[in-house]
Amino acid sequence: MKGYRKYFLNKLAWFLVTLVCAFLLNFILPRLMPGDPVAAIVARMAQGMSNSSGVQAIYEQYTELFGTNKPMLEQFFLYTRNVARGDFGFSFSQYPRTVADVLSASIWWTVCLQFPAIIVGWLIGNSLGALAAYLKGGFDKVIMPVSIFISNFPPFGMAVLLMVIFGVNLKWFPTSGGYGFDLIPSFTWSFMWSVIVHYQLPFWSIVLIAIGGQAIGMRSMSIYELNADYVKYARFLGIKDRKIVGYVFRNAMLPQITGLALSVGTMVGGALVAEIIFSYPGLGSTILTAVRGQDYPLVSATTLIITLMVLSANFIIEILYGIIDPRIKAAQAD
Amino acid sequence: MKHIIRQVFHSGKFVVGFCIFVTILLVVIIYPLFITDSPLAILGQGTFFPPGIYVSTFDSINSPTTYTLDLNDAAAVRIANKLSSDDRLAIKDWLLVAGIPEDQIDITDTKKLLDQWSSNYDPKKNIPGMTNAKRNYFVRLDNSLKGLLSAEGAIIATKNPETGILEQTGIVNQSDYVNINQVASVRWLPLGTDNFGRDVLNELVKATVVSLQIGFVAGIIATLIGLTLGLLAGYIGGIADDVIMFITNLFTVIPSFVLLILISFSIGQEQRGAFTIAVVIGFTSWVWTARAVRSQVVSLRNRDHVNLSKLSGHSIVHIILTDILPYIASYVIMALILQISSGILAEAGLSILGLGPRTTDVPTLGLMMNWAMIYQAQILGKWWAYFPVLLTIALITFSMNLMNTGLDQVFNPALRD
Repeated sequence: MKGYRKYFLNKLAWFLVTLVCAFLLNFILPRLMPGDPVAAIVARMAQGMSNSSGVQAIYEQYTELFGTNKPMLEQFFLYTRNVARGDFGFSFSQYPRTVADVLSASIWWTVCLQFPAIIVGWLIGNSLGALAAYLKGGFDKVIMPVSIFISNFPPFGMAVLLMVIFGVNLKWFPTSGGYGFDLIPSFTWSFMWSVIVHYQLPFWSIVLIAIGGQAIGMRSMSIYELNADYVKYARFLGIKDRKIVGYVFRNAMLPQITGLALSVGTMVGGALVAEIIFSYPGLGSTILTAVRGQDYPLVSATTLIITLMVLSANFIIEILYGIIDPRIKAAQAD
Repeated sequence: MKHIIRQVFHSGKFVVGFCIFVTILLVVIIYPLFITDSPLAILGQGTFFPPGIYVSTFDSINSPTTYTLDLNDAAAVRIANKLSSDDRLAIKDWLLVAGIPEDQIDITDTKKLLDQWSSNYDPKKNIPGMTNAKRNYFVRLDNSLKGLLSAEGAIIATKNPETGILEQTGIVNQSDYVNINQVASVRWLPLGTDNFGRDVLNELVKATVVSLQIGFVAGIIATLIGLTLGLLAGYIGGIADDVIMFITNLFTVIPSFVLLILISFSIGQEQRGAFTIAVVIGFTSWVWTARAVRSQVVSLRNRDHVNLSKLSGHSIVHIILTDILPYIASYVIMALILQISSGILAEAGLSILGLGPRTTDVPTLGLMMNWAMIYQAQILGKWWAYFPVLLTIALITFSMNLMNTGLDQVFNPALRD
């Protein structure tokens, strides 16, 4: 276990460094733009709003909370303090709800939708890829072009297609929302069932996209491993094919785990857009409403939360990788 | 060089991808030469007109020559077309009440259905449980069916400018036809109109051009940044390598679309042109190129020919240009192709979030998708508003990926089947 400690600490340090940098970027990028973004947005909003006194109130509250009229350094400390407390101020577009309130209502939808979908997609994709490499022939000829086409298909496109086929034409599943619009969230059977039914289309659209990309990578990895010397040697020894395939799969899977860590950010990005297509009440739809309502505090907080989610997912995958890959143990033992 | 190109075109995947891409490119170049209408011109007063040929009703009535064609099935087709499926079901309901067994009613057989209706319908008949509205509906249905069945033509009347009284100026018989080539105003809308009433095909062609431009600009910027950083990190090494790799690793894990969202949102709707978006996409997607170039350069750095060049006293620039770049050129081109296709996808994703280029100048594939989604074309079944856009995006990215895979197989013999 001692050998692992260095690896874990190393990864933890890297996680913290990236987190700090992401936080800094989240703070600096909007402020690098000429002018006070909040003031500009409020000015634009006030033109078309009848409730301008309300906007004025939020603006003053936000200015005080985050000190947008103070020097940059002071703003940064204020911002850090507020974020550490989970206080992101009021939402412009959904006043009088606070940003934290809006986010806590939507984040679990996204977490419960995307992470299972990405993991299921990864598993199915890798199995298909390994099978294609092992079986070759007709299976490979069908799976590969389909995977290549699917993985090049934009995630929102897959969402639209599934929705049109299974939601609009076949009417198997509802086309939008996270649960029936006539229901109130509660722990009743009808509500649970409605959630499950609404879950299917967004879930499978993310899964399908993930399958395509992973299958291609796993296939080439497996082909590479199947030609490796140890496989030939194992065959000479007369080890059963099934056992060899198990070894090959395990070896080919390792780079795929790193691949997952590196691509999880892109996948989440695509899945957020897919959420929008289905009006799923997650973070994707929150960004959309925030952008439409020129809701600066909400956009800033949502992007921060998404970054945090992706970085944490990355961290967890790297830790898992450390446990699974024996080479890490060997390297750290030196 | 010639040999390499020949080899590349021997790869089946590359050729297929290349053909698809060139076809798209040719279409978007040639189409505007013939059809010069503004792609953002609003033609239709209404949303989502279905694809088809639109003939001016006024012009066809006033067409100089009319032709009389005696087509036997014309009347039947006309009635069948007018009678909606709801009306047919209503007729069936009535007939069932009137006592006709269900197996004798076929709502797809228009003629038999109308015969049964005319012999069984009785406006005075009182059906228990029927609402007044329903009764009135049946009366209206009966009247409209009588109108359909009559053999008389439609009278055209114009208002006399002096007296203000309508005067008959002509009659359009049921057997009158016009030749579509002789009607003055005909507009073919192969893909119908969108939610603003704009010609979708026209818009799609322009949008493809703009999206490809965005992809190219973003791809070239990303490749240039990635190439420069990768060369610096890989060839110079030392602190430069450490710093650049730190930044690269940082941006590998921080999701680039989050940066895209933040930057595009901060720029503001008015300042976001297509070019700005392309530049922003380029600046957030160089990471992979930098990593790939660096690892290639590191493996090249200590090759004999590079060392020889160093010993000969060539400058770093010279060494990079003549001894390193040619070896990684194929790699960079493959990366560029992928960057272009991911740039197009990034623009589309941003536009769906409402952070795409401003909507007033040019259409892009993402913006078209965004409008179709806002107006719920997918739920209303208006496939022409979103499906061609999706297909175009998919074909572009698919063809680019095929080209990339093909090139990969040519340059990395280990991957050949």
